[in-house]
Amino acid sequence: MKLPDRKGYFGRFGGRFVPETLMAALETLEKEYLKAKRSRAFKEKLGYYLREYAGRPTPLYYAERLTQRRKGAKIYLKREDLLHTGAHKINNTLGQVLLAVRMGRRRIIAETGAGQHGVATATVAALFGLECEIFMGEEDIKRQAINVFKMKLLGAKVTPVASGSKTLKDAMNEAIRDWVTNVRDTYYVIGSTAGPHPYPLIVRDLQSVIGKEAKAQVLRKERRLPDYLVACVGGGSNAMGLFHAFRDTAVKFIGVEAAGRGLGTGAHAATLCKGSIGVLHGSKSYLLQDRDGQINAAHSISAGLDYPGVGPEHSYFKETGRAKYVAVTDRQALEGFNILSRYEGIMPALESAHAVYYASALAKRLPKNKIIIVCLSGRGDKDIDIVRGIL
Amino acid sequence: MNRIDAKFKKLRKAGEKAFIAYITAGDPALGVTKKLVPALEGSGVDIIELGIPFSDPLADGPTIQAASQRALKNKVNLQRIFRLVRSLREKTEIPIAFMTYYNPVLKYGLARFIRDCKTNGVDGVIVPDLPFEEARDLIRFSRRAGVATINLATPTSTRKRIKGLIKNSTGFIYYVSLTGVTGARSNLPEEIASKVRSIKSMTDKPLCVGFGVSTPAQAEAMARVADGVIVGSAMIKVIEASLGKGDLVDRVSGFAKRLSKAIHEA
Repeated sequence: MKLPDRKGYFGRFGGRFVPETLMAALETLEKEYLKAKRSRAFKEKLGYYLREYAGRPTPLYYAERLTQRRKGAKIYLKREDLLHTGAHKINNTLGQVLLAVRMGRRRIIAETGAGQHGVATATVAALFGLECEIFMGEEDIKRQAINVFKMKLLGAKVTPVASGSKTLKDAMNEAIRDWVTNVRDTYYVIGSTAGPHPYPLIVRDLQSVIGKEAKAQVLRKERRLPDYLVACVGGGSNAMGLFHAFRDTAVKFIGVEAAGRGLGTGAHAATLCKGSIGVLHGSKSYLLQDRDGQINAAHSISAGLDYPGVGPEHSYFKETGRAKYVAVTDRQALEGFNILSRYEGIMPALESAHAVYYASALAKRLPKNKIIIVCLSGRGDKDIDIVRGIL
Repeated sequence: MNRIDAKFKKLRKAGEKAFIAYITAGDPALGVTKKLVPALEGSGVDIIELGIPFSDPLADGPTIQAASQRALKNKVNLQRIFRLVRSLREKTEIPIAFMTYYNPVLKYGLARFIRDCKTNGVDGVIVPDLPFEEARDLIRFSRRAGVATINLATPTSTRKRIKGLIKNSTGFIYYVSLTGVTGARSNLPEEIASKVRSIKSMTDKPLCVGFGVSTPAQAEAMARVADGVIVGSAMIKVIEASLGKGDLVDRVSGFAKRLSKAIHEA
């Protein structure tokens, strides 16, 4: 069966839990998106910008020195970090902003955690001459100052969010509040495979280019499919983007969540590993919550993973066993950052460093004839100050 | 008969409109809420909309967000709020509807939640992030228990959606006056009257207007077109301004009296 179903569900996850004010807008968005998806002109335009502007296809790079050090499975890196703006986020923002233009919207809003989605949205808004406002938690504004400056240079308004934990969750609350207020003329670009239907579908479709390319590339290089796909999971868009093209194969999926200071400490963002089912930001999925259904603050060294929810399709993959979800601590992620910098000359984003660490440990345990593809979802420039502060 | 239905029946007979006052349970403390409810009833409030605090209230503006935070600091939760309503029921029969986000209800358990509404004397529920399409189980349990499910209609609701939400509403229909979150506004959209008339032509169920209504003059204007008026953030603002003062209950009641006069004399 093709998922999501007509009501936007992946099994029992997903749906549309939003204020009534947004319901008609979501119905329209779904209709317009499905039309655009079938339109050749739209697909060609998106293909053009992905290629000529964003820099697709990205290489599938064999990390030879890292592989040799680990003396185990072959490690390939899907180099989303090489894209314009430095992360996979632009795959999604190009598609959604083109859709917004098609729908005649002149104002774009988005939430951002690490600032990667904010920068990618502001970039594409500049490209198409649209008004752009980015909501960002005050805590994240502090730890991702460079990205805030970039967004402003790109002409976006960055609105600090002081409520709650002052991170991605609260930025998303505020973006939804803005959308409820300006729904008639504003397009809300959600940055992950989260939110109400049809966003998890739209973002997955737009990010699935990662896996489609990787599949063709690995078949060319190795003449076979890989054994494992490894990607970090906050909301889950780069992971879903890598996984999706392989969903009907036997390839094993591993989503790496942020264990923060440790799964036992409560200071983590391991929603699938440690959370329970609930409703947040428009969909039913796993969440970090207390006994009363209040949302718990997440913690991760990487702002992009610092989110107490997760996309509903990942919850579905967890429940059906299609993917396995594990967690990597702040400290281990820093080690992932270091090993990739030292052995391959590539500085990964701290988000992606979680996946690098896990894949590198996994490779060690596996025989040499196995193949792992890691989604290197972003580059580490934005995290240099954080890393410098710790090392 | 459900207390909300009985209230509207009585008001209609008298040719009067309903004054529905929103307060957040446990803001600033459950003991204060316990005094406020009967005091508001004495000031002319017809129905109490009792907010269940939530960490991420995405349909609320800064005023009610702050009220939620104050309540959550006191570890207010559904169990304690049900106990509060039960003790209120010893002295008042004023209709009480919960305004709650979906997640605390889901975590509590839908069947258990509705059962506890019924046994403790909660007459209706408003869940702003639960469109009627997603509310089938909650509606089923509510019908069986005689608890009202109050849906929100908004300026952006299509005619088809309005039909659906009317069908799935009991108690009353909550018309959201504007596109936006809760919070006092100095100006309300002019289209409200025509929108309200158009929805009223589709149903006999009572239709009440809320969001943004903050002054007696606005309340009076809304009472002229609708069956009731809901005032929330403006009430919370009086609570906020009275924090730490001994006469909080009197100040809030005084404000409610002015609104009540405006609504009931409209």
